[in-house]
Amino acid sequence: MEWLERNVPKLVLAPSFVAILVFVYGFIAWTAWISFTRSRLMPRYELDGFIQYERLFAAPRWDVAMNNLFIFGGLFIVISMVIGLALAIFLDQKIRAEGVLRTIYLYPMALSLIVTGTAWKWILNPGLGVQEMVRGWGFENFAFDWLIRPDMAIYTIVLAAVWQASGFVMALFLAGLRSVDTEIIRAAQVDGIPTHRIYSAIIIPTMAPIFLSAFIVLAHLAIKAFDLVIALTGGGPGYATDLPATYMYAMAFSRGDLGQAASSAMIMMMVIFAIVVPYLYSELRPRRDQ
Amino acid sequence: MKLKTVLAASTAVMMAGPVLANPQAEVLHWWTSGGEARSVAVLQEQFAAEGGTWTDMPVAGGGGDAAMTALRARVLSGNAPTAVQLKGPAIQEWYEETGLADIGAVAEENGWADVLPAQIAEHMKCEGEWCAAPVNVHRVNWIWGNKQILDEHGIEMPTTWDEFNAAAAKLQEAGVTPLAHGGQAWQDATVFETVVLGIGGPEFFQQALVDLDPEALTSDTMKQVFDQMRTIRGYVDPNFSGRDWNLATAMVMNGEAAFQIMGDWAKGEFLAAGKEPGTDFVCAQTPGNGFLYNVDSFAFFNVEGDDKQQGQALLARLIMGEDFQKTFNLNKGSIPARTDVALDEFDSCAVASAEAMNAGAQDGSLLPSYAHGMALRGAPAGAITDVVTAHFNSDMSSDDAVQQLADAVANAM
Repeated sequence: MEWLERNVPKLVLAPSFVAILVFVYGFIAWTAWISFTRSRLMPRYELDGFIQYERLFAAPRWDVAMNNLFIFGGLFIVISMVIGLALAIFLDQKIRAEGVLRTIYLYPMALSLIVTGTAWKWILNPGLGVQEMVRGWGFENFAFDWLIRPDMAIYTIVLAAVWQASGFVMALFLAGLRSVDTEIIRAAQVDGIPTHRIYSAIIIPTMAPIFLSAFIVLAHLAIKAFDLVIALTGGGPGYATDLPATYMYAMAFSRGDLGQAASSAMIMMMVIFAIVVPYLYSELRPRRDQ
Repeated sequence: MKLKTVLAASTAVMMAGPVLANPQAEVLHWWTSGGEARSVAVLQEQFAAEGGTWTDMPVAGGGGDAAMTALRARVLSGNAPTAVQLKGPAIQEWYEETGLADIGAVAEENGWADVLPAQIAEHMKCEGEWCAAPVNVHRVNWIWGNKQILDEHGIEMPTTWDEFNAAAAKLQEAGVTPLAHGGQAWQDATVFETVVLGIGGPEFFQQALVDLDPEALTSDTMKQVFDQMRTIRGYVDPNFSGRDWNLATAMVMNGEAAFQIMGDWAKGEFLAAGKEPGTDFVCAQTPGNGFLYNVDSFAFFNVEGDDKQQGQALLARLIMGEDFQKTFNLNKGSIPARTDVALDEFDSCAVASAEAMNAGAQDGSLLPSYAHGMALRGAPAGAITDVVTAHFNSDMSSDDAVQQLADAVANAM
């Protein structure tokens, strides 16, 4: 009986533990194995060194995909956080109809990225959307054709992604703002400290964990970004807006090149690890100190 | 005596057993859109009429990518479908991975070798044995023109790329978009291969895009091809990125553009809109000579059980039947793979296509389309498309393009 009492938690957790072990870590290991083989249409298991990684790094398309990931990821994370924080601070001013506004800003998050991508594809299409509308107002030389310019198309993806995610970041920050101890803020107000100083010196620094959470959420959204690109640009013009995830999809499912797909998936995972491991380290360390 | 009767009876039953078995076929395909679904339904009806049980397994999406993913899952789990829509070198690639069923008996019995062009028959064989059955032949190197616009500006269908350039310049000056094009990688690749055929000729096409000869890939001819691609880039409207091919066809139909370079599936769009070949639109081969084919076919996987194997044999016989080849291709806009089907009911473009196919089969200009997965396996074909679309959508020079082409092909092997 005592044994049972002690071991019930373990028994209950065991199935999900096994499932995760197999379906997450097992398949990561499988993908890693495949990335060292010459698998094409079907998986093969004879190891063949780093050939797939050599091919990957020799492919100009992969260079474009990685560059795009850094442009897209960097801008998407920074701009979403800045806009989200600004919206949260404005909403935090005890304004009327806060509930309605909050819902409006949060609403894009309820849409699927496919819907966002398709809608923005029409809005940004030079022959249908904003450009045509402004020209219709009489500004004949107005140009907003980022969607069809290979050098600018990646920024349209940033635009749509920021539109989608900044409301969510706002909600995170708003919760953070509300959790700051009101006593401290009152004390600062009594001391006559201007509002912007209260935010920059007291509230925002105490929200550091929220920033970290927002960063982690946005970073993994950026790295696995796939559906938005497919819906908005289809990776084009040319392959100018390819991201590692779309590269991997093309190799695995369109080209029958499983080895390439596996090696690109491993690189994507390493990029995620590069971000998550320091986070986990900083999260887990204090507990060890206790 | 009695024993003998029993023996004879039981032997008869045993012999009759396989014959009486109900032919089964589970067919994986991605023909799900209107005209295509109607075309498959024809096969399904014929199969049922011969006493077979057809299990339909349509997987839509991604131009067959989704169906191929489903196929991989089925094969990995050791339960391959009876017949799968597969084409080009993918048939041989699957043969190497898992093996395919030998349908040589059906092919011999019905004399396939005599009625198929040799080049196309070759695609249906795995190490010399028949393992797939062709359904249709699409011609890829078509150029479609809006008759009214062409007449208005006094332009003939171009027979060389220089003529095309002259006509396009004239149209552009008159304020008409010369070429309707959709900026998707496969459409860029489609235009590219017709330019390779037109400028380099059939022999060069074979060397460059089928044999992947590095010398041909970096040759001056290939540079000229990329120069022509750059010229064509100037003749499309600025808003072409990402456009679907049927919208480009609609531009020609509605008089917004003069030409489109696209396979004969574009004809289906014209016909569906009630346009007449010769009066509303014109079809001609793209500048240059030759015939680039895109052949849909069904490959047969190894399956257990008499009922399934009989299903394969029945299906193979029906697919190559004259009746099905005619009905199917009238629905789909392509031409029969059999060369002996009467073409009375087909339109003038299809008849022209069939004539060109027969001529091409004789003089060796009947060539597989690389852009539609007939010439090369997935990886090298994709690598070439990457370079073509990157060049078309940027200001890359032709010298850089041929170098990248050679590198990409080497990297994909």
